[in-house]
Amino acid sequence: MALAVATTPAPAPKTVGQRMPAPSRAGDVFSERFTLIMALSIFALIGLILYELLVGAWPTIKTFGFSFLTTSSWNPVTEKFGALPFIYGTLLSSLIALLIAVPLSIATAIYLTELAPLWLRQPLTSLIEMLAAIPSVILGLWGIFVMIPFLSKFVYPGLQAALGWTPFFSGPIFGIGMLSGGIILSIMIIPIITSVSREILSSVPNLQREAAYALGATKWEVTRVAVLSYAKRGLFGAIILGMGRAVGETMAVTMVIGNSSKISASLFAPGNTMASVLANQFAEASDDAFLSALFAVGLVLFLVTVVVNLFAQLLLLAAGGSKHGKLA
Amino acid sequence: MTTHSTVREWGDHHHARKRKSAFVSTVCVLSGVLVVTPLALVFIYLVIQGAASVNGDFFTQLPKPSGELGGGMANAIVGTFTLLAIASLIGVPIGIFGAVYLAEYGSPKLNWWIRFSSDILNGVPSIIWGIVIYGLMVVPMKGYSALAGGVALGCLMIPIILRTTEEVLLLVPQGYREAALALGIARWKVILQIVIKTASRGIITALLLAFARVAGETAPLLFTALGNNFWNRNLLQPISALPLQIYSFATSAFDDYHRQAWAGALVLVTFVFVLNISVRFLTREKA
Amino acid sequence: MPSPAAMSTPSTIAEQLAFDAKDVCVWYGEKQVLYNINLGVRPKSITAIIGPSGCGKSTFLRCLNRMHELVPSARMEGNITLFGDDLYAPTVDPAFVRRRVGMVFQKSNPFPTMSIQDNVVAGLRLNGIRDKAFLNEQMENSLRLAALWDEVKDDLHKPGVSLSGGQQQRLCIARAVAMQPEVLLMDEPCSALDPMATQKIEELMQEIKRNFTIVIVTHNMQQAARCSEQTAFLFMGKLIEMDTTEKIFGNPAEQQTEDYITGRFG
Repeated sequence: MALAVATTPAPAPKTVGQRMPAPSRAGDVFSERFTLIMALSIFALIGLILYELLVGAWPTIKTFGFSFLTTSSWNPVTEKFGALPFIYGTLLSSLIALLIAVPLSIATAIYLTELAPLWLRQPLTSLIEMLAAIPSVILGLWGIFVMIPFLSKFVYPGLQAALGWTPFFSGPIFGIGMLSGGIILSIMIIPIITSVSREILSSVPNLQREAAYALGATKWEVTRVAVLSYAKRGLFGAIILGMGRAVGETMAVTMVIGNSSKISASLFAPGNTMASVLANQFAEASDDAFLSALFAVGLVLFLVTVVVNLFAQLLLLAAGGSKHGKLA
Repeated sequence: MTTHSTVREWGDHHHARKRKSAFVSTVCVLSGVLVVTPLALVFIYLVIQGAASVNGDFFTQLPKPSGELGGGMANAIVGTFTLLAIASLIGVPIGIFGAVYLAEYGSPKLNWWIRFSSDILNGVPSIIWGIVIYGLMVVPMKGYSALAGGVALGCLMIPIILRTTEEVLLLVPQGYREAALALGIARWKVILQIVIKTASRGIITALLLAFARVAGETAPLLFTALGNNFWNRNLLQPISALPLQIYSFATSAFDDYHRQAWAGALVLVTFVFVLNISVRFLTREKA
Repeated sequence: MPSPAAMSTPSTIAEQLAFDAKDVCVWYGEKQVLYNINLGVRPKSITAIIGPSGCGKSTFLRCLNRMHELVPSARMEGNITLFGDDLYAPTVDPAFVRRRVGMVFQKSNPFPTMSIQDNVVAGLRLNGIRDKAFLNEQMENSLRLAALWDEVKDDLHKPGVSLSGGQQQRLCIARAVAMQPEVLLMDEPCSALDPMATQKIEELMQEIKRNFTIVIVTHNMQQAARCSEQTAFLFMGKLIEMDTTEKIFGNPAEQQTEDYITGRFG
C-alpha cells in the first residue's frame, strides 16, 4: 500500500487497491444458479419425454390396457392394436445380434488386450471405433444393396438346406427379414461391446496375470482364470450395454427388416422391431387411434431401453470399469 | 489338479494345453479380422458405388423428381448444416454450462444423479426424440419444420456435450483455479477466464464429437423436419437433410436415386470421419 | 485498512501486527487439524512456519487468506485480523481478503493460456483494471521485484509456461506482488526447485520484505534459519513455540522444538 502521507496538495498515485472496483458476490450467485438450471435440464428432458409419450399413448392405454403388450394383432383398419409382434421382433433381433456379436467382441477384446502386438493395438482400436461412428442409415444402405444380395445368394440357401426342417429356417427367402435385421444389428453393436470390454480387460491388474503365469499356466489359461473371471461383472455390463444399443437401433434395422406386423417363426420372414415400426409406420398414421398406438409403442421402447441401460450402468459401476457412459 | 506319474504324460498334457491356448489365440485373431471386415466392406462399396457420383452436380443441384436422371443433394447438405446450427443453439449452451456446474459447483450426490441420468438419456433411441418433438412442436404448429428438427437434434446433443465437456473441465489442474482465486478474482471469472479458456481445445473437441454424432442421425428427423426436395429458406417449413435424403432415396424404387444415395452416403461418412479425425488430431497434439 | 489516525503516528504502525491469530481451530469434516493457534506476525519481516509433514502449517497459512474455504468440509473457529481488520467478519468477501494477501504455491502455476506479461497482470486485469499504461508499469515493476525482468524483458510475449521451473515460480511471485498486497504468503515455494533457483528466490525474499510482510511455510529448516526473522514451530496442529529465529534455532525453550531442530524426528 502506498503510504503517501502527503503534506502538499499533489495527488498521490493511485494504488492497485484504489483502482479496483469493489468485489461483489452477485456474479457468483448468478453463475452458480444459472449453471445449476442448465444441469438440471437433464431431468427436465427425461420428464419431457415421459410426459409426451404418456399423453400420446394415453388413449391406447385406456382402450387396451396391458393387453396391448400381449396381443399380436396390429390392424390400423379395424383399430385393433397389440404390440406383441414388435416386442417379439425387438427381442429376437437383439438375441440374434448378441449371439453373433458377443463371442466376436469378447474374443476381439481379448486379442486387443492380451495377444495383439503393441504396435497394432491402438490402430485396431481406432478402426473399431470408426465402425461405431458410421451413421445407421449408411449401414442400412449397404445392408440393402450389398449385404442382403450376398446373403440371399450365398448364405441363406445353405442355411435353409441344412436347417430348413426347423421352423426357424423354413419358408420363402426374401433377403430382407428378421435374420438380416439381426445380422446388421450385430455389426452395429460389436464396436461398443468390444471397446467397453477392452477397457474392462485392460483394467485388470497385471498382478493377476503375473501370478497365473508364475504357476505355469498357458496364455489361454491365464486369460480365462486370471482375467476373464476377474472381469466377469464388467464384461456382463458391456454385453448389456450392447443389448441396450441393439434394442434402440433404428435406421439400419428399418431398412432391412421388411416392415411386417405379423409374428412368424421363420427367421427369413419380414418383421418389425419397436423402433422400426415407428420409423416405418409413423408417417402413415393418419388417424388418432393409430398415432396413439404408435406413441404407446414408443413408450414401451423408451421404458425398455431405460431399464436395460440402467442395469448396464449399474453393472459397470459395480465392476468399477467404465466411469462414464459409452457414447459411441 | 491331477498328478502325473510319468514325465512323458505330463509332457503330453502340457502340449495339449499349449495347443488349446494356440487354438484360442487363433480364434481371437480371426475375430479381430472379422470385426473390421464390415468396416472395410462398407468403405469399399461406398467408394465403388458413390465416388463417381460425387460431382459438381451433386453439390449444386436439387433432386430431380421421380427418379429422372441427374440432380443432386445440394439442399440436403445445406439442410444438415442448418439443422446443426439450430441444434447447437440449444445443445451447446445447456451442455457446456451444465458441465460447468458439474465440474465446478454441485454436491457429490446431486452430481452423481445428473451424470447417471445423462448416461441413461444417452442410451435412449433417437427416434423417441422424433416422436416427442412431433407431439410437442409439429402438432401444435400444424406442420413439419426445420425448427422442430433442430430442436430434436439439440435435445439429443445435450447429454453428449454435458458429459464430454465435464470430463474436459475436470482435466484442468486444480492449481490454476487456486492461483486465480488467490489473486482475489471472483469465482465466476475464474471459471470463465481461466478454466474454460484452458480447456477450450478440449471443449471444441467435445463439440465436434457431438456434431459428428448428430449429423448422421435420421430417425429424429423423420417426423420433425420431414425432408424437402426443394430449397427451404423458411425455418417453419420442412427441410431436407443428408441422412434423410439418403434414406428416402435408398428406399425408393428408382435406380438413379439409389446411385445418388451412395454418393450422399460417401459424402456424409466423409464429413463424419473428418470430424472424428480432427478430434483425434487435436487431442493428440495436446499430449 | 489502517485508519487515517493510525497513519499519522508511525509508532502505532510499527507495533500493529500484520496478522493476529487468536484461538484458531480448523476442522476438515469431523477431523480437527488445528488446535487453538495463537500467534502474531510482525509487519515488513519474514516469518517462517516450520514443522513435520501433516502438522497443519499449510492449513494455517491458508487460513490467512481464507483459501482453506475451497475445501467444502473445512470449518474454522477463532479470529484472525489483518492490520487490525477482522478477516472473518460476516460482511467480508473472501475475494477482498485475497487482494490484500497474496499467495505463492508449492508448484508454480502460471496460467497456460497467457503470455509472460499477461500472467503478471492477470490479477489486475481480471479484477477490472483497464488502464494500459498502469498495467505496463506494474508489469515491469513486479518483474523487477521478482528479479525476473532482465531474463524475460525481450520475451514478454512468450507463453508463461515456456520458462524454467525457477523462472515460473518467480513469475508467480511477480503475479502475486503486482496486486500490491500487504502480505505475501508462500507455501513451500522452493520445494520443487533446484538449489540455484532456490537461492534466487531466497535472495529476492530479502529484497521485497522491505515492501511486504512475508509468511513462509517450509519443511526445510535450514531455509527457515537462513531467511526468516521469526519462526513458529507447529506440531500435530498445535503451536509449540514461536520466537525470533535466533532463539528457536539457537536456544529453543521447548524440548519438542529442540528435538525437531536437531532432527530427532521429522
